[in-house]
Amino acid sequence: MTLGQQILQQLINGIALGSVYALIALGYTMVYGIIRLINFAHGEVFMIGAFVGYFAITLFKFSFIPALIFAMLFCSLLGIIMERLAYKPLREAPRIAALMTAVGLSIFFQNLMVYLKWVGASPKAFPRVIEITRYEIMENVYLTSDKILTLGVALALMLALQYVVHKTKMGRAMRAVSQDKDAAQLMGINVDTTISFTFALGSALAAAGGILYAVSYGKIIYNMGTMPGLKAFVSAVLGGIGSIPGAVAGGMLLGIVENAVSAAGMSMLRDAVAFAILILILLIKPTGLLGKNTREKV
Amino acid sequence: MPVPVLETKDLTIRFGGLTAVMDLNIHLDEGELVGLIGPNGAGKTTVFNMLTGVYKPSAGTISFCGELLCSAEHSVPPSQISIKGIARTFQNIRLFKELSVLDNVKIAYHQHVKYGLATSFFHIGKYAAEEKEIEKKAIDLLQLFGLENKKNEQAKNLPYGEQRRLEIARALATRPKLLLLDEPAAGMNPQETQNLMELIRFIREEFDLTILLIEHDMSLVMGVCERIYVLDYGRVIAQGSPAEIRTNPKVIEAYLGSEGIA
Repeated sequence: MTLGQQILQQLINGIALGSVYALIALGYTMVYGIIRLINFAHGEVFMIGAFVGYFAITLFKFSFIPALIFAMLFCSLLGIIMERLAYKPLREAPRIAALMTAVGLSIFFQNLMVYLKWVGASPKAFPRVIEITRYEIMENVYLTSDKILTLGVALALMLALQYVVHKTKMGRAMRAVSQDKDAAQLMGINVDTTISFTFALGSALAAAGGILYAVSYGKIIYNMGTMPGLKAFVSAVLGGIGSIPGAVAGGMLLGIVENAVSAAGMSMLRDAVAFAILILILLIKPTGLLGKNTREKV
Repeated sequence: MPVPVLETKDLTIRFGGLTAVMDLNIHLDEGELVGLIGPNGAGKTTVFNMLTGVYKPSAGTISFCGELLCSAEHSVPPSQISIKGIARTFQNIRLFKELSVLDNVKIAYHQHVKYGLATSFFHIGKYAAEEKEIEKKAIDLLQLFGLENKKNEQAKNLPYGEQRRLEIARALATRPKLLLLDEPAAGMNPQETQNLMELIRFIREEFDLTILLIEHDMSLVMGVCERIYVLDYGRVIAQGSPAEIRTNPKVIEAYLGSEGIA
């Protein structure tokens, strides 16, 4: 295997992992864009999405796509409820209050899952939804069917998101609210509905990310959302929090870097590198790669 | 007697111990162009914020076209007030800065169109037709304001005067009956102010509007308004035609005989 082939192979692996990070990061970035809140419970939505998908497949005997859609709908609803009950009452409170609530929610959801007797603390094997086949796309460079599935679903969802945000009434409302909530209200935009919609959209993407992650890794557990959630947060900051293309770029980049680190034989350092990137970005370019400069209001 | 477009009765708002606006009684008949003036801190913008539902009055009522719009007991969110037909511009421009000029206007149009998200996904034909219609209307509106060749620029990149015009265009896209202009001439030079006066007269005719404007620039107020209310310390101290206001001793006193009243 030549170096070139190896780089290509790791690139493919990195992009597949990165697309999952990107899906989660989109939720972070959209919620931040609209209410300036880092929703640390977002990783838990990802985990719950994976579990809902698991039950949809094993209990209700759904096939993959219906299970995916079911989990996405379920988590949309969860996102809306979470916002209404936990964040909306704190909208005028200092930002740190909402942030701590997010951390609290995260702990709550993890422990709730352990407590539920059909989930529990031990890992579960995620059912095989597709036969894993390897395609040799070039000499010594392989693409597996689960990676194709991950990439395909992630890409389709990102395109759908792009359409919603840029071409629909709700999407325009989202962008308007993220820029000036008060002015948006006075244009007839219902801010509460718009915020709920943003949570629904972000949570649906996280659920999809959870299922794709579970498909590639084969097992699910109550705390599986923590690390990918944090990595997605790093991705969102790396790309520029609040920026949708930034979240996608950040996720992909982080996936690629992580795979490169592992491929170089330092897989123990994978997570450390991801967080070192976070520190570096915050030190050097806090607005992220595609982020805009924050305006000081005077 | 025709029903006034806007009528307030004993409208009052208190912030803690401070009474910002006290017993405000104003009315605007259909098609009128009325000015609201007063020294800094008199409560003019607070009045606008009550009229648009941003602040809830402590007492008194606001009626719009004969219908009770809000009172201390009954408040309507700003988005609903916009849909009922009151639009405003802001003292410090508040465009959606990072959206295109066209999107700024389209967003305002959108809220007054019926289709929802489901239509945009599942009834592609109908959706596309409506999108097209909104786009056309938005461009027509921009044309009236001489902004159609800048439709793809980000709003923040427009020169100041054009941002002001775009803000008025965006307000008009919500199809208001009543337009509230908060210091539309702020930061404009005399020539621009002159043009703005013509624009205000023009849109009133073109869109059958009733207009209430706050302004510090007396040449604009005196030149364009038919009636004027003068507010000081939250109370109306005078009202009447520009000529009456100009010579009203109370008004001159409120302004401490300052340059304004020319």
